[in-house]
Amino acid sequence: MNPPVATPFFFYLLAGIMIIGGILVITRKNAVHSALALITTLLAQAGLYLMLYAPFVAGVQIILYAGGIMVLFLFVIMLINMERSMKERQFNKRWLVGIAAAAVLGGLFITVYTKGKDLFPNGRMLYGESDNTQKVASLLFDRNTGTYMFAFEIASLLLLVAIIGAVVMAKKRI
Amino acid sequence: MDALLHISTLHYLVLGAALFLLGVIGVLTRRNVVVVLMSIELILNAVNLNLVAFSRYWQGAPGHFGGPGALHGQVFAIFVITDAAAEAAVGLGILIAFFRNKETVNVDEVNLLKW
Repeated sequence: MNPPVATPFFFYLLAGIMIIGGILVITRKNAVHSALALITTLLAQAGLYLMLYAPFVAGVQIILYAGGIMVLFLFVIMLINMERSMKERQFNKRWLVGIAAAAVLGGLFITVYTKGKDLFPNGRMLYGESDNTQKVASLLFDRNTGTYMFAFEIASLLLLVAIIGAVVMAKKRI
Repeated sequence: MDALLHISTLHYLVLGAALFLLGVIGVLTRRNVVVVLMSIELILNAVNLNLVAFSRYWQGAPGHFGGPGALHGQVFAIFVITDAAAEAAVGLGILIAFFRNKETVNVDEVNLLKW
């Protein structure tokens, strides 16, 4: 397998797209614009997953997030009448407290990552294997090496509960 | 300069922290419930980025937990995506039920249970 080319360039490109998309998500007035910015962010993140040699997670990200969840969001935005809320105040009364709390959290992150940056030395560089998907599947399903088989079944139960919950919540008369 | 140009695990962690902060700001300051739910998706994605970056780190690290088959972070990321799908479905269902009752999508007007 070929070594990666221009890793810093693509990392900073995708990271910039993600940050700009995230800022647009939380500042746009129109919820449809927010949703489109979020889709851009998710697609850029799928690119970062590819750079981290996780092609299966990147595919799941595109199909499930950008394809499934965001379509759900757009449907709900179109079901709900948004014209009135676009003319209203977009930020709540305690936004200053929220920004202050987020700033404290950011200070915590900065402290942790400046003090602890030596804890994460660069691991031995190895190039991705072509059987990433098989290895993920053997962790999920295999009889001998499937560590997460039980958790996988619980996840399917969770999805069943979520389907029933969503249908019941969206019914006309509960 | 060399530390900036040599992409390591820490770069991904810092990017994840920045996205997490953007999501937290969105959750704490916006009024529109749909945008609040999107900010929660941003937070979950920041966590996913950290998980996959750590998975990459452990694949290159020696030791009991490391090695080429150490894909636990990626498996966790898949579980988090599953949870995000369930959360989005139920949350948007609640939002539709709420909108039908009160004709608004603002979180600070959700005060039916307030004493």
